[in-house]
Parts: sequence; structure tokens; C-alpha cells
Amino acid sequence: MSDLAIEAENLARRYGRRWALADVSIRIPAGSVTMVAGRNGSGKSTLFRVLSTVIRPDLGRGSVLGFDLKKHREDIRRSLALLSHSNYLYESLTARENLEVVADHLGIERTPIPMLLERVALGSRADDPVSTFSAGMRKRVSFARVLLQEPRVVLLDEPYAQLDPPGFDLVDSVVRELKMRGATVLMATHQLERTAGVSDYALTLEAGRVQSFTAIGARA
Amino acid sequence: MIAALRKEMLLQWRTRAQFLAVFVFGATSLLLFSFAVGPNAEDLRKFSAGFLWLGLLLSSTLTLSESFHAEMENRALEGLLLLPADPRVLYYGKAIANWLQLTFLGIALVPVMVVLYDAGTTRIPMLILVVALGAAGLSAPGTLYAAMTAQVKSKQTLLPLLLFPLIVPALLASVKSTSLLILGDPMGSLGSWLSLLGAFDAIYWALCGLLYGRVVEE
Repeated sequence: MSDLAIEAENLARRYGRRWALADVSIRIPAGSVTMVAGRNGSGKSTLFRVLSTVIRPDLGRGSVLGFDLKKHREDIRRSLALLSHSNYLYESLTARENLEVVADHLGIERTPIPMLLERVALGSRADDPVSTFSAGMRKRVSFARVLLQEPRVVLLDEPYAQLDPPGFDLVDSVVRELKMRGATVLMATHQLERTAGVSDYALTLEAGRVQSFTAIGARA
Repeated sequence: MIAALRKEMLLQWRTRAQFLAVFVFGATSLLLFSFAVGPNAEDLRKFSAGFLWLGLLLSSTLTLSESFHAEMENRALEGLLLLPADPRVLYYGKAIANWLQLTFLGIALVPVMVVLYDAGTTRIPMLILVVALGAAGLSAPGTLYAAMTAQVKSKQTLLPLLLFPLIVPALLASVKSTSLLILGDPMGSLGSWLSLLGAFDAIYWALCGLLYGRVVEE
């Protein structure tokens, strides 16, 4: 098996006439944490949506864990979790029920759910509807959802957004835990200094193109 | 399939107040239709089956489009597809939940029809069967089209425009079957109409299940 978790070659995606991603070629080693930086509209979210098979690339090719982005979407989805701007939660269901929906569809046990909700500091609100939650609390449920999936590749799109300082620490600890489990993590963020502490690589996008891909931290 | 159906039933239970609102809408429609015919009891009875199904049809557009509101609110459907959940399983879970809701709605509207149009029947189990089969004919394509129009701004207009022409055969068979139960069936043609309705239901449920994946995936 390849040591690369994610490979992309000349990946491109457009919305209407505007190219949100253009000629993106990246090689992300398995088990690494990569910080994805770039201004608003630089293509970070589009890259994540293409890699997670939500949308198809218009040009180029790519693979996740050796599975082709266009041909093996189901295989990729089985191994990947995306923390998106949309939290993927049902407003009228409780935090616990939202996670139960995920567990039931994955065909896994519900037993880790109470522990995961404690982990994201929502144990006491587990049976409250998500509609009563703040944006930060919804984000925490989304993190519990990612952990429940036990993915091999994790894409975190602005994980610090809407969180309070204890939430920032939660993100850091979750990323460290995922890395210890051997998962490959890509993290799109504007919290560069904070993220650099847990990252192995930094990928910078500018106007949909790769500006730089460098090793940082211990890998530098 | 159980997981998808459980989720749908849970969502419907949490928004059960809406069922009452849709029922009131349907009952009001039946009342308004009666004004169009006038006080002639014979005419009211003659048209009662058609009015029942028109009331259910109009109510169904509210129910069907609302069934995708929760899926689109936080892109929850996208989240399920990324797990990955089989789109066909998700479709049948939602279509069955919609079918159950429309069947209950239809059954709840029958007493309203009886009171307003003096259009009763002693063949209650058969009437429930007709309502269930007719609701199946509405919910299968209705769920598919509701998914298609869920992200469109004018979905309340677009859904009926797309749905109504498609379900004409099922609607016709439902009205005719109900009418035969209320007005009598001297030619014994109820079985033929029910067979026609069942055949269209089978086509709708099979075809829409196959197409759903293409509708919800990019």
C-alpha cells in the first residue's frame, strides 16, 4: 500500500465560469497532519468537498487511500470524515439521537455515544434538541460525529470557528488523538499559529492554486 | 432500511404538530369544494370521492416538501450520503414514512368527507385499502420530486407542477375506486381499478428508488 493518503494531480473544479480550484497537485503522506491555509475564497472548502466526494472534479485526477475520486466514491466515504461548515445535524433531534442516526446508518454499536458526548463536554445536554444549541455546541456535536466514524482520513474545515477557548483545546486534543490513531488529518484554518503546533505540513492555497506545500514542525 | 425508517419516524414525531395543520388544511379544502357544488345532496355525494382525493393531493404537496426541510437545513442528507448511506435505502425510508403519513391523513379526512358530503360506505376496510394504495401512488414520486425541488427557491410552486401530471393515472384509479365504494359497484369493476392502481404503485416505487441516487448526488 502507498505511503500517501491523498494524491491529486491537476485537480480542478469550477462553479459556473469561475475556477474555484485550478491545477491542484498534492501528495499528503499517510498519518500526517496538514494545515491548509489561504484567504477566504482561496479554494480550501472546495478542495475538501472534492476530496470527500461531495462534488466531482471537473479536470484532473485524485485518490484517497488509493481509491479514485471519481470511480470509488463509496470506498472513500467509508474511510473519510468531513467536518464541514454545514454541521449535518437534524435540528429537531437531540445530540444523542443525531449520533444514533449516524451509528445506525454505519451499522455500528451505539455504546460509545455517551462517552463521546462527555468528551465534547455535552454530556449534560445529550437529550436536548440541537435547535436549542449555540453554534459552538453544534460544532462540538459534529466533532463527536467525526470521532464516532473512526475515519482513516479526516478533513476539518475551519474546526476552530465558533468555538470558545476550551473548544480550541478540544480541537487540538482531537487532532492529536486522531494522529495517534494513525489517521491522516487535513485542517483548513485561519488559526495558523495554533495549528502549526500540531501540524506536520502546511499547504497554502491562493486563488484556487497551490502556492506552497512545506514541511513544518518536526518534519521540517 | 430500519435505520432510515427509524430516523424518518423520529423526525415526523418531533414535527407532529405540523400533521394537525396539514389535516386542517385538507379539511378546509373539502369544505371549500362543497361550496362549488352547492347544497344539492346528490351532487355532493357524486363528487365526494374526487374532492377527497383533491384535498389529499393538495395536502400532500405540503407534507412532501416539508419532509425534505430537515434534510436541507444543515445539509443533513449530504452528511448521511457521506457515511456512506445507500441513497436507495434513504429514499425508501423517507417514501415509506411519507406514505404512512399520507395514509393517516387520508383516513382522517374520510370522516370529514362523510359529514360534509353525506358520502359514507359500509366497506371501511376496502376504503382504507384504497386510501393506502392511493397514498402510495402519491408518496413514491412525491418523495423523489420533493428531493429534486428541495434546494430550489420556488419549491412550493415547482413540486405540484412536476408531480401532478405524473400521478394522473394513480389519482384517476384512486378516485374511481373510492367512488365505486361510495356510490356502489353494480358492474364489479372495483377489482380492475385496484389492479391498475397497484400496478402504477409498483412502477412508481421501483423507478423512483432507482432514480433517487442520481437526484441527490451531484
